[in-house]
Amino acid sequence: MTASLIGQAFRKCKAEGRPALLTYTVAGDPTKKKSLDILKAISKNVDIIESGMAFSTPIADGGDIQTSAHRAIQAGINLNETFKIIKEFKKSKYPRPVILMGYWNLILQFNENKFIKFCKKSGVSGLIIVDLPHPENKAFAKKCKKNEITFIQLLSPTTSKQRMKQIIKDSHNMIYYISQSSTTGGKLKVTPKEILKNYNKIRNLAKGKNCVIGFGITDKNISKFKSANGVVVGSLNSKIITNAIKKKHNPVIKLDKMTRKLKSKII
Amino acid sequence: MIKLKKNIPLIDQHDKHGFWGGKFGGSFIPETLRKPIDDLTVKFEKLRKDKKFLAERDYYYNNWVHKGPTPFIKLENLTNHLGGARIYAKVVSAARGGAHKIYGAITAAMLCKKMNKRYLVTDTGAGYNGKMFSIAAKHFGLKCKVFMGHKDYLRQQPNVDAMKKNGAEVVPVYTGSQTLVDAVSEVMRYWVSNHEKVHLGVGSTVSANIFVKICGWSTAQISRELKKQMIDEFGKIPKKVKLLNCVGGGSSAYGLWSEFMDYDKRQISFEGIEAGGPKNSKKHAAPLSNNSKIGVLHGAAQMVCQDKFGQISETESISAGLDYPGVSPLHCFLKEAGRANYVSQTDEDALSAYKLIRKLENKINPSLEPSHAFARAIAIAPKLSKNTIIIVNSCGDALKDKHIIKKRLGKY
Ligand SMILES: Cc1ncc(COP(=O)(O)O)c(C=O)c1O
Repeated sequence: MTASLIGQAFRKCKAEGRPALLTYTVAGDPTKKKSLDILKAISKNVDIIESGMAFSTPIADGGDIQTSAHRAIQAGINLNETFKIIKEFKKSKYPRPVILMGYWNLILQFNENKFIKFCKKSGVSGLIIVDLPHPENKAFAKKCKKNEITFIQLLSPTTSKQRMKQIIKDSHNMIYYISQSSTTGGKLKVTPKEILKNYNKIRNLAKGKNCVIGFGITDKNISKFKSANGVVVGSLNSKIITNAIKKKHNPVIKLDKMTRKLKSKII
Repeated sequence: MIKLKKNIPLIDQHDKHGFWGGKFGGSFIPETLRKPIDDLTVKFEKLRKDKKFLAERDYYYNNWVHKGPTPFIKLENLTNHLGGARIYAKVVSAARGGAHKIYGAITAAMLCKKMNKRYLVTDTGAGYNGKMFSIAAKHFGLKCKVFMGHKDYLRQQPNVDAMKKNGAEVVPVYTGSQTLVDAVSEVMRYWVSNHEKVHLGVGSTVSANIFVKICGWSTAQISRELKKQMIDEFGKIPKKVKLLNCVGGGSSAYGLWSEFMDYDKRQISFEGIEAGGPKNSKKHAAPLSNNSKIGVLHGAAQMVCQDKFGQISETESISAGLDYPGVSPLHCFLKEAGRANYVSQTDEDALSAYKLIRKLENKINPSLEPSHAFARAIAIAPKLSKNTIIIVNSCGDALKDKHIIKKRLGKY
């Protein structure tokens, strides 16, 4: 049931002739309450919510998201609390589909089966596990599928064609293309045109699947990716929260404003 | 109960997903790193069978690191003072640069060239790994960048100076506890973004499977030398030997033990000494001796200090080189298979051991990392008979710790 919400969201965007807007924010950043307020505020303009599970040692994240994760942990976030936030969010006015994103150790310690159960109970539709690559993720991905949770496979510019085919074959209804070789928050060092060239190759191999582009996407370049099924904006949001805190502004308002802007650039 | 295989190097006893004992190790890496890691794996597996590559390695390991094997000496005064087991030291600190990290650094530089790259990056805690990479990079004409936690950057100044003198760029890391764990995270991130031009050498037998293997393959030189030296000294491998080694990531311990894996543990036993931290501190860097749970850190499944939600714990140790919450999957495997035993010693134990060694022995000056292992030797030797041979890997020189030692013991 919940996994299909992701498909529905993509279909709606397709019907409107635009890519889906996905935003990543870390659950619990800057506090549990504020992060929920952020989700409630931005979801008006967002199609799919990605919620980060803060981890102490995030090897694929750049400085902005590291800072968010650190802040969230300091403010007392953990997986139980993360699920509570999602559950509350799903009761709000725009209960968009939620994807949890994070590192394998948190799930391992929480217990795989318990984790999936909590995902179902709180209304999580999909999962991205940064450090659980294919084919090692096959068993867990299967378990997710059985429980109607989309396990989202990642592809990157370094993924060989042969490997791509295998990963796509084992993927569910959504695939995530990492735009470039970098951690999150890296400045785009390749042109949107090149990114789209690679992206279109994947689209051809993955007919019928929803494929989003993430890493390095900001309000400055998002309009270049209108032809994609979806675009993910992450580090920019962390940066906005950091700046808001520094300037004693309300991050909820700042992020609401930014997502409105992002949306306006892809319609 | 998981079991060791005989006649196969431990580094090669993993399954097709890279796990030792079915659960330790693996490659928990972002998709972007899959190809660079696969490329490196193919290259390394090919080169380790290549006669020319091996001949070059042997030249460096046998002559350039040290003229002949690093010394194997009896600690006569310490033995007499303690009145029990006979205590020896494998003085790996005599190696070029002052520690065992030189072996991994040479391999990394050689691989870097074979991968047609000109840029070498690594992590460092004690500063020795960074120093050795700077030495090797300079010799092989490569550029070098070293990531180092800011706390370590400040407390291991002599090694920072050495790296800079050799032309390496040292990047202080300000995240987390500002120690080795943060340096390794940061070098992995750097590699994610720069893998096309940059070769990554990891400073210990940690991280994704291939890095564990390359590092262990390198430090194994220590026990190849030791085996011959033991036969020279005793006429044969003695009946009762204890090989003591400090364990941070576990590269020096693997290096000291690898040739002796197949011996019955009643003949040759292994003891790894982790960092217990300050006496009254709850923070420690001893995941094996404190029975930490298995978790995933830096791309590998291992015993790791963590809270119940899986957040990696901050650690504390006087030894920057041991101050790491995880430990090599090789050692997790050895512990679980019952082949090696792991204990911890505190900061204070290490300092007292250092003091005693300096009072009694003038041929060695062990850094605070091996001083943890000497502390264990000092604790157990009196209870053992003189038929027992204790061999401690004196794997680092104390020069880098001179400020800490002066502060804690009044003089260096
Ligand atoms: C002298 C010395 N000994 C031991 C270690 C710990 O590392 P490992 O356990 O990999 O030998 C270090 C690490 O920096 C070191 O410099």
